[in-house]
Amino acid sequence: MKHEYDIAVIGGGPAGLAAAEAAYKAGVKKILILERDFRLGGILNQCIHNGFGLHTFREELTGPEYAGRYIEKIKATEVRYMLDTMVTDLKHEKDGTKTITAMNKEEGIITISSKAVVLAMGCRERARGAMNTPGYRGAGIYSAGTAQLYVNIHGQMPGRSVVIVGSGDIGLIMARRMTLEGARVKMVVEIMPHSGGLKRNIVQCLRDYDIPLKLGHTVIDIKGKKRVEGVTVAAVDENLKPVPGTEEFVECDTVLYSVGLIPENEITQKMGVTLNERTNAPEVTKALEIEGTGVFACGNALHVHDIVDHVTEEAVNAGNNAASYVLEGRVKDDAKGFVDSAEKNVYKPGVDEDKMTCTRCPNGCMLTVLKNEDGEITVTGNLCPKGEAYAKQEYTAPERCLTSTVRMGGIKYRSLPVKTSKDIPKEKLRACVEALKDVEVFAPVRIGDVIVKNVAGTGVDIIATGSIE
Amino acid sequence: MEDVIIIGAGVTGAAVARELSKRELKVLVIEKNSDVCEGTSKANSGIAHGGYDALPGTLKARFNIRGSLLLKQLSKDLDFAYKQNGSLVLCPEGGDRSMLEVLYKRGEKNGVKGLEIIDKDRLKELEPNVNDRMTGALYVPTGAIMCPFSFNIALAENASVNGVRFRLSTEVKEIVKEADGNFRVITDKGDFLSKLVVNAAGVYADKFHNMVCPDKIRIDAVKGEYCLFDKAVGDLVSHTLFTLPTQKGKGVLVTPTVHGNLLVGPTAETVEDKEAVNTTMEGLAQVLDKGALSVESLPARKVITSFAGLRAHEAGGDFIVGENKDVKGFIDAAGIESPGLTAAIAIGEYVAEVINGILPSGKKADFIATRKGIPSLALADDEERQQLIKKDPAYANVICRCELVSEAEIVQAINRPLGATTLDGVKRRVRAGMGRCQAGFCSPKVVEILSRELGRDAMEITKAGEGSDILKGINKHEA
Repeated sequence: MKHEYDIAVIGGGPAGLAAAEAAYKAGVKKILILERDFRLGGILNQCIHNGFGLHTFREELTGPEYAGRYIEKIKATEVRYMLDTMVTDLKHEKDGTKTITAMNKEEGIITISSKAVVLAMGCRERARGAMNTPGYRGAGIYSAGTAQLYVNIHGQMPGRSVVIVGSGDIGLIMARRMTLEGARVKMVVEIMPHSGGLKRNIVQCLRDYDIPLKLGHTVIDIKGKKRVEGVTVAAVDENLKPVPGTEEFVECDTVLYSVGLIPENEITQKMGVTLNERTNAPEVTKALEIEGTGVFACGNALHVHDIVDHVTEEAVNAGNNAASYVLEGRVKDDAKGFVDSAEKNVYKPGVDEDKMTCTRCPNGCMLTVLKNEDGEITVTGNLCPKGEAYAKQEYTAPERCLTSTVRMGGIKYRSLPVKTSKDIPKEKLRACVEALKDVEVFAPVRIGDVIVKNVAGTGVDIIATGSIE
Repeated sequence: MEDVIIIGAGVTGAAVARELSKRELKVLVIEKNSDVCEGTSKANSGIAHGGYDALPGTLKARFNIRGSLLLKQLSKDLDFAYKQNGSLVLCPEGGDRSMLEVLYKRGEKNGVKGLEIIDKDRLKELEPNVNDRMTGALYVPTGAIMCPFSFNIALAENASVNGVRFRLSTEVKEIVKEADGNFRVITDKGDFLSKLVVNAAGVYADKFHNMVCPDKIRIDAVKGEYCLFDKAVGDLVSHTLFTLPTQKGKGVLVTPTVHGNLLVGPTAETVEDKEAVNTTMEGLAQVLDKGALSVESLPARKVITSFAGLRAHEAGGDFIVGENKDVKGFIDAAGIESPGLTAAIAIGEYVAEVINGILPSGKKADFIATRKGIPSLALADDEERQQLIKKDPAYANVICRCELVSEAEIVQAINRPLGATTLDGVKRRVRAGMGRCQAGFCSPKVVEILSRELGRDAMEITKAGEGSDILKGINKHEA
């Protein structure tokens, strides 16, 4: 089957959705999104935690909710999308058109000619193999994202007693998720002297649950022929080499790796483009174009972003630039391109100990909180009023938004993501999870539907953050 | 009562089984693991050796040469990946160049065709990325690379189709020679009687041999660690590179794999524990350091996984193949270390001859000599893909994105004779999970497909048999 489009977007995750929407708004009507999964949204579907959208929507959303907003936007346009469709090839023809080969069950092999292409394939995780950790290769060794899929989508526990290698954000998020769902997370080991994750996640995913973060440590051996039985953790020196004599055996049945992401660019290479050795991504112009090709790249396929809001912003640029390429034959001179995170707000040991990190937004302001004799609290270090409110709340009665899952009725091993409609007292988190233990929901469910009223007597409802059709 | 019981479904056991399946014999293979190809056969260099290395007159030389001759045709008959890429034995600066001559002569004597000693210039032409400190090489054009998994699986599948029965997850505990001359093979799943026993138990072959034979053998497990590199650097070399041993010790090989990765290893360390297939910090460092002696630009960042295998080294240094002189009907295929993969089919052939001498039987008229592998989406061109999808739409559902493996292939891997029942079983049959993300993306999906096709709950799906469960219960509930 042959198709013709003005812009073909490879990947229907946050980058692809935002690029397609931006290009449509810029006036291009024949746009196609190619998505290999059975639904749009990409990795956000399994990122059921909150913290998304503070820049884009000025509110705190979960991953599925953030994706949901863009899916709604796309559905309101004439942009077409093909699901369950795998792109296998991309050619830049002599006449300038781009030919994409893809396949799906209905049409078999599909050929798509397009004037411009947006690459939005996202990224993949580095695995244990890439770290070359010595030891056995039994069951129980997973990438954090694999565990995230098991827990959040399938409602299955990949283990009960966990050591997490690497303090990347997915690892930290999974430390909390697995703890809340009934596992014991023994520690997070990070080879660097500082964490790779956001301060907010150190506070809300580790400290809230007393999970130790071992900086300057790494796993040097994995024991367990059939299933993981434990790991040997050792301190590392300034060259990141293990220090003899510091070895400690930690019993566990699971090792999760959260050690970085690599842009996914197999399709880019099919064009004959050589990837940058360091970034594993194509070289692009300021306007995100692989020079002279009309092929644009954005999102995590181009470089790994800390937050999805930046992915969206960059993808909008890519979409706009692809639109000018199609409509005007060239990108604008003042075209916008890369969106980088400002310096990442990572947790610094020793420096940050006596202070408090505001978790209301990704800024992660470092707050200093003083209490005078009258019990009056003053807050400094905050960039906005949210910081002051947060510090006062955190000082007197800390509150958290709970994100979790409930079972989908009638479908084995499928979960619906849910959250508390408002923050609840921290000490109520476990009671709320317990209250969801045997909850089953049946179709149809829409984002925002109330699943449990007044959960665990908190006065707060549990609402759906995903849908079942 | 069986005619023959074969202990072990590794490549040797499977090769013997396939040879015996050509005859009117009742044959049972007993394997302690949950799948075939679970021991030494799954973790080795994947090389079909030319045969220059083995000392003339040894069984190693004999079966290596014969195996090397047969493999190419067999790879077509049984549809497993095999490629004659040629090997090079490199001589480093300070190495004993006369050793190349020794190997050349030994190879000639063994009947290896096309051997040539080449100088540095020619070497650089053949392998531009080889280290400058290499002064020349022995060129072995008949050297080849192959997929050890699909080889082993193809042999076993074909044997099974031709009537050999396999009892997997069954561990032999004891073998008793009974008064009537038959053998009682006692396992954890009951007793089996047989006229003959073939001992193809890999690193455990000494245990079974010594149970029934008055002469004793000793098999040491010699661990070999490897690093496997991303396909992005699979073309760093095109031949299989060996290095002459120097005073500093034996080198490691650097080779493309038949699937386009780069493989470097193995180390050699004798270990007490015959299940110790763990890699070590020292071992992996050695692999990378020694590999860099052959190819300086070896990119350590492109390692996608590492693994270790155990070679079954017999104290005498040669294979032990044949009927025991004291125990009638007990046939060893023991001490099968390198070049065991190459030699396996020749060993199978020979053992079948020996058995025919003891227990003559007719040839099966309806023997099926060929076997078709699972059509691979990754290897098909667009037109072939279209046909595959037309016949089975599940070919369009890509499960493993790194290796481009579809749902259709995984379903076939599970439902074939001796089909996969585990994650590793699927991986070795169709390569789902073999790629650069090392099953991160596909394993949850493969678990689901295994669960559906086998009619088992997802909680019962394992990585490689009992005790290697992947999941530990459901959210919010106790395990």
